[in-house]
Amino acid sequence: MGIELQNITKKFTDYTALDNISLNIASGELIALLGPSGCGKTTLLRIIAGLESADSGKIILEGKDTTNLPPREKNVGFVFQHYALFRRLNVYENVAFGLKVLPRSKRPSKSEIKDRVEHLLKLVQMEWALKRYPSQLSGGQRQRVALARALAVNPRVLLLDEPFSALDAKVRQELRRWLRKLHDEIHVTSIFVTHDQEEALELADRIVVINKGKIEQQGTPQEVYDHPANAFVYNFLGNVNVFHGRVHEGMVTLGGHSVDAPDELKNSAEKTSQTFVRPHEIGISKIRSEGNDLEGTIREIRLLGGQIGLNIECEGFDQPIDAEIPRELYLNLQLKKGDRVFVTFNKVKVFACDYEI
Amino acid sequence: MSTPLLSQGTPPVVRKKISDPLPVRILLIGLTLLFFIGFVFLPLGLVFAQAFQKGWDFYLEAIREPYTIEAVKLTLTTVAIVVPLNAFFGVTAAWAITKFSFPGKAALKTLLDLPFAVSPVIAGLIFVLLLGSRTPFGSWLGEQGIKIIFSTPGIIIATLFVTFPFVARELIPLMEAQGRDEEEAALTLGAKGWQIFGKITLPNIRWGLLYGMILCSARAIGEFGAVSVVSGHIRGQTNTIPLHVEILYSEYNFTASFAVASLLVFLALTTVIVKAVMENRFQKNSSQH
Amino acid sequence: MAIFQKKRRNILPGFGLSMGYTVFYLSAVVIVPLSMIFFNAIPMGWEPFLSAVTAPRVLASYKLSFSTAFLAALFDAVAGLLTAWVLVRYRFPGKAFLDALVDIPFALPTAVAGICFATLYSPVGWLGEITAKWNIEVINSPTGIVVALIFIGFPFVVRTLQPVLEELEPEIEESAHCLGATRLQTFRKILLPHLFPALLTGSTLAFARGIGEYGSVIFIAGNLPMKTEIAPLMIMSKLDQYDYNGASAVALVLLVISFSMILLLNAIQEWQQKEYR
Repeated sequence: MGIELQNITKKFTDYTALDNISLNIASGELIALLGPSGCGKTTLLRIIAGLESADSGKIILEGKDTTNLPPREKNVGFVFQHYALFRRLNVYENVAFGLKVLPRSKRPSKSEIKDRVEHLLKLVQMEWALKRYPSQLSGGQRQRVALARALAVNPRVLLLDEPFSALDAKVRQELRRWLRKLHDEIHVTSIFVTHDQEEALELADRIVVINKGKIEQQGTPQEVYDHPANAFVYNFLGNVNVFHGRVHEGMVTLGGHSVDAPDELKNSAEKTSQTFVRPHEIGISKIRSEGNDLEGTIREIRLLGGQIGLNIECEGFDQPIDAEIPRELYLNLQLKKGDRVFVTFNKVKVFACDYEI
Repeated sequence: MSTPLLSQGTPPVVRKKISDPLPVRILLIGLTLLFFIGFVFLPLGLVFAQAFQKGWDFYLEAIREPYTIEAVKLTLTTVAIVVPLNAFFGVTAAWAITKFSFPGKAALKTLLDLPFAVSPVIAGLIFVLLLGSRTPFGSWLGEQGIKIIFSTPGIIIATLFVTFPFVARELIPLMEAQGRDEEEAALTLGAKGWQIFGKITLPNIRWGLLYGMILCSARAIGEFGAVSVVSGHIRGQTNTIPLHVEILYSEYNFTASFAVASLLVFLALTTVIVKAVMENRFQKNSSQH
Repeated sequence: MAIFQKKRRNILPGFGLSMGYTVFYLSAVVIVPLSMIFFNAIPMGWEPFLSAVTAPRVLASYKLSFSTAFLAALFDAVAGLLTAWVLVRYRFPGKAFLDALVDIPFALPTAVAGICFATLYSPVGWLGEITAKWNIEVINSPTGIVVALIFIGFPFVVRTLQPVLEELEPEIEESAHCLGATRLQTFRKILLPHLFPALLTGSTLAFARGIGEYGSVIFIAGNLPMKTEIAPLMIMSKLDQYDYNGASAVALVLLVISFSMILLLNAIQEWQQKEYR
């Protein structure tokens, strides 16, 4: 087991940042901690690194209880959100820092340090920048130096705090793919924190969704995206239409429309529900195909890269429905603003609201 | 593998700010110059005019006079003791205040600035009250053969008080802006406390530290009110340069007084120019981040 | 275990050591000596204290110190605003030099400033001749004190205003301009209110410094009893007579006022932050 977190709790004066979090991470895994800002994910990362201490709970790294070790002895690599490169040291000295501060007995020789630093800089493709200072590098370059610096000490785990948030969109995407490839090469157990669901879905082996200090769901990107465990996860992973309605006699009503209730709610007593439909899981046609189809008027058409976004007003619904259809279909149907269309929900997810309003 | 192309960022657009019409500009610059002539150029010019009134030889003689030399020695001794003490304190206090969170931080910061709010005369007074020969503690010290007030240690202690905030005041905003990320990064890389301080923190604050020490020295050299209270004005023993200037002046030995004063003016000019150059450097450095 | 946890709350090392030394040094150099004022003023009892600080000569010195410091701060507000404006907004040869010279009053020993102004305004001095012609008394009069305090307080105003003026976004003025405001209207209605907190802070600093100032004033003031004796000089003369309690009493009043100034300044800054953040 790479990392084992047992019942981590952390309270600040006015709120609970982490509420009894337990999590197991296998050796060599790349994990995303995903959640809105302020959900406690960065705190969790800092606790693993020893930069913050938990009120209770245990942290076991590679089978060794490190809960009360100072960060110096934890042997974790930490990549800070704003990189925290040492501004008065050049790139070489930055990466060599962790090796040079080792006690004399453990410190590698000068030439070994040199070899290791050069190897790492080659790995992150920064070998040309040995003598540069952080202020002379771009954001993406600083990021890679920070990564090399963290890897220099052969960490048991690599922790990355919002690694791409300070970069612009294009660099971010490239660096993301590059990091995935790098991880496949070096296989160090890694956790990164992000609030960007796309980043988590693309990069991680496993996603842990956190909200208000609690784990909402964990699983592979596929599992989490296709089978969100609850309303929060559904909402957080991508755009979604939310309909408030009622479960009643095996059916779920949404506005003036109704669909079959999911199995687990088939025999449920009448209660309020939330129904989620992703925009790309909505079908649009100009002809009525089944009796149950919903009719609406197109209010807005938006170009979303390869897809077309439609904003449709349907009778009996409080809010307009967002749909996304392929460009081809849009051209074939010759849709324009004000057209009447028929709407099908290809996939719906219903959550009963047992305790909410 | 694809190397991400580096986005260099677009150069800042040079924007022309709305400017005032030329006559207004000329008027305002003229008024400012007038103010500077009356309050800066004339006084400073006067010092040199008076100092060299009786010629170069007289000037040199005034400066080489034994009492002047003694005053310079005493001032330099004071600086050599006061500045390192306050610099060490400034670094320590800035470390405690900027790298940790604790209750009462704002109050502590206000307390650090206290000596700036105290009249120099009061700064001298408090040490006479604490250590003067008529006080219990002072008379006890006197019995042990230790004399502080009306002697060199008194001058040093009063100067210590007056220049107390300079270094801390320079370092705290600087270190607050730098945050603790770099120190935390060093920590996760296995560095020990002294390694973090010596290799990371100190290089990051060295210019601010130097700058604070320069301001501290300037004030230590020039302090008059506080030192005047505790010195006892004993020539050749407890006279600092500013006190010597005063004595010469009150003896109507104006030329000699201004000659010695010209040394202080020269020092002040050097200080402000060094300060301007260093600030320029700071700004260039910070704009790179 | 609980103690261990508490100790680990601060992750970076050296908190106990640095905090301990800070508090020790602060107490030894500042707090304990300052408290001597209270220990000497309070045992006097209320009546003697009151009579010491309300003696006519003392009262006259307070009045003089406050009025001259106030007038000087007022003048500095105008001159400082002018200088800061010119230094931030305009480009002209020698600007960098002028900017550096703003700090001269900080860097120049006050005694030197004192003898400069005394000589400058002496009846045969460069400016004294002119003022004599116009029948303006400067030396040995409150006017001279104001002149010295203007010099001392001036950089406080400029240095607090400069960063605020520099950070002012051109968009604010541009939009006022687009809305049809004239330059003067923009200045009065947009810029001045924006600069006001900094202007107030700077002049308050100049005022506070002016009340306590000693070295630059005593040479030009002439120190005539009831007329041109400033409050710090009263402390000095009581000290010369070994009247430690009297000196402490006069000092205590000055200290209380200076500290209220600091609190006022903190309040201004807080108000400013609430207003604009």
